[in-house]
Amino acid sequence: MEYNLPEDFPGKVIPGGNGGNIVVTALDSVINWGRSNSLWPLYFGTSCCAIEMMQTGASKHDFSRFGFEVARPSPRQADLIIIAGTIVNKMAPVLRRLYDQMAEPKYVIAMGACAISGGPFYYNTYSVVKGADHVIPVDVYIPGCPPRPEALLEGLIMLQKKIKTENAKTKVNPIDGFDEGTI
Amino acid sequence: MSNEELIKQIETWGFQLQITEEGTEFLTFTVQKESLHDFCLKLKTDPETKFDFLFCLTGMDWGTELGIIYHLASTDLKHEIVVKVMTADRETPELDTVCDIWRTAEFHEMEVFDFFGIRFKGHPNLKRLFLTPDWDGYPLRKDYVDEANMVIK
Repeated sequence: MEYNLPEDFPGKVIPGGNGGNIVVTALDSVINWGRSNSLWPLYFGTSCCAIEMMQTGASKHDFSRFGFEVARPSPRQADLIIIAGTIVNKMAPVLRRLYDQMAEPKYVIAMGACAISGGPFYYNTYSVVKGADHVIPVDVYIPGCPPRPEALLEGLIMLQKKIKTENAKTKVNPIDGFDEGTI
Repeated sequence: MSNEELIKQIETWGFQLQITEEGTEFLTFTVQKESLHDFCLKLKTDPETKFDFLFCLTGMDWGTELGIIYHLASTDLKHEIVVKVMTADRETPELDTVCDIWRTAEFHEMEVFDFFGIRFKGHPNLKRLFLTPDWDGYPLRKDYVDEANMVIK
């Protein structure tokens, strides 16, 4: 009998006959396989990176091929927040609140120079947070100003790889012991 | 009206003006701060100029002086000029409001007050617009210092 299993399915199917089959796998890897392929992002577009993020979601690049299709401006069902743009001091508490409202496990992608370090606004500005990792812990940094859609896809796939290495037993909440640092 | 005709017309009003063309598309008048309000009112009401549209109001810090740049246009006569005004007083800079002439200036002047600390005499509601009400200092001034948030280069 032929089984149309996806190539990256972490396990084997043993035909049991009479239509009953046995799946052999590790629980962690099959859960992580499912989680990493249905990451729902929360859009957090504050400037021009958001335009590239929209393009990544549109038909040409189409990140729903990798399971990111349910992108909503709400933290309630989100697994992932894509910070696409500059974070200013006034916006920082909002970002932190959205992050706190997301259900665990949750992940953060800092997209573009501003979200990584303040980017072009690093020097001589009174209002820009010098990197989103002063507000919430970041998992993946995507450089670029703004990054091309391919770069965002690369970052999303890197996050999937990271999730696949996780273990439910040893997983810690990244906000525990999070250090905001100075400037 | 062409720039030359505008200069001729405006010079007949008898204000103390400096006229410059600064390599931009606009003819620029620098006006004494005492006569700012009268000059702006004349620009708007005179049937030869009819500047009924203030399309940009910018605060400036030239290092020693603080001031405002007004970009004016006439939607009827299709001409545009720039008016500049400055004050050397950095402690309590005060200029006349133009928001009774062009209503749009009301919010622009609040913004300028927010970032440059220029007070506007006669403004109905001068308060912080973008920054928090308890903000200390005026961040777009050249001599603004904020050691907690600014990395100076």
